[in-house]
Amino acid sequence: MEIIETVFVRNNLIVAFAVVGCVTWVSYLLAKKLTNNRIHGSAIAIALGLVAAYYGGITTGGSKGVADIALLGGIGLMGGGMMRDFAIVATAFGVQFSELKKAGMAGVISIFAGVLVSFVVGAVVAILFGYTDAASITTIGAGAVTYIVGPVTGEAIGASNEAITLSVAAGLVKSILVMIGTPLVAKYIGLDNPQSAMVFGGLMGTTSGVAAGLAATDPKLVPYGAMTATFYTGIGCLLGPSILFFIVSSIY
Amino acid sequence: MIIYGVALLSVCLIFGMLLGEVLGYLLGVQANVGGVGIAMMFLVFASNSSYFKALTEGAAGAGITFWSAMYIPIVVAMAAQQNVAAALDGGVLALVAGVAAVVVSFLLVPVLSKIGRGSPSQPEKP
Repeated sequence: MEIIETVFVRNNLIVAFAVVGCVTWVSYLLAKKLTNNRIHGSAIAIALGLVAAYYGGITTGGSKGVADIALLGGIGLMGGGMMRDFAIVATAFGVQFSELKKAGMAGVISIFAGVLVSFVVGAVVAILFGYTDAASITTIGAGAVTYIVGPVTGEAIGASNEAITLSVAAGLVKSILVMIGTPLVAKYIGLDNPQSAMVFGGLMGTTSGVAAGLAATDPKLVPYGAMTATFYTGIGCLLGPSILFFIVSSIY
Repeated sequence: MIIYGVALLSVCLIFGMLLGEVLGYLLGVQANVGGVGIAMMFLVFASNSSYFKALTEGAAGAGITFWSAMYIPIVVAMAAQQNVAAALDGGVLALVAGVAAVVVSFLLVPVLSKIGRGSPSQPEKP
């Protein structure tokens, strides 16, 4: 047992490749046998990943899902920000410049619209739940933007720990729901071409959610959605503690 | 050489991240503004330009397509390390706020997509 553990921990990234490979194989098999490929294999793989993350979270009490289990620590490296960004950039290889230009303006508008809409929705929910101080309302609204914008905004404007924690949770719910929900609603919202993918990335903005959601819908759309989504968190961090906070505090 | 393509990809990411960080600093934001998006633009330019042919064709190109193909497995690993437990622990407020934000944003996708689909010439006015 100790020997196995030593080998697994010492080679954790390689273990991660093997494990993810097996999960992917099982997922594609399930997609074919159970759903006749109506649900994409990668959607099942991502869902299995989330279930495993929940299990990892409740058994270890840590914050990094399955990566907190020592034997699977390599998942943390493989799915961490560095590798994720590297692979996202690689998907841009072969993208036609003309496709980007076609949706350029709509893409930019969608980023600002996305930040504003998510913020307003989050803030309204906070008010409905009885929050009356501007700092909490702004922070929870910012959390509905992304789980990074929430705490960045909250710390900048001196919100309570409770509000910051809630904002992170709201952002996580959003990110996970985008991962699962995108392939299910893609058909109904016209998400089947590069232009709508750019708008989608700008509106949703959660990089992980958009990355996984589009991968499970149509991998060809990934670079377009990811391109706009990566500006979203930055714009959110810009607007949250400044304009949006001023507006909320002028009302409350 | 496969490493040429991998190196090009790496250089794109590093310069994109640097610019994103500088942009964040100039805007006074504690975040990287569009670093990955800028890096993607670099790669799009490089792969559409004849100057970088030696770094994007043949074996060198395979160094980039490999990482592009590794994207979905990496996303699966990313999903497996999300803090799902915390998201479900956040209670009803977090759940409602997150779900509502997603639903409203989904509904806006077809609305805003129309802007992109409009022809580049003047839209006709009644």
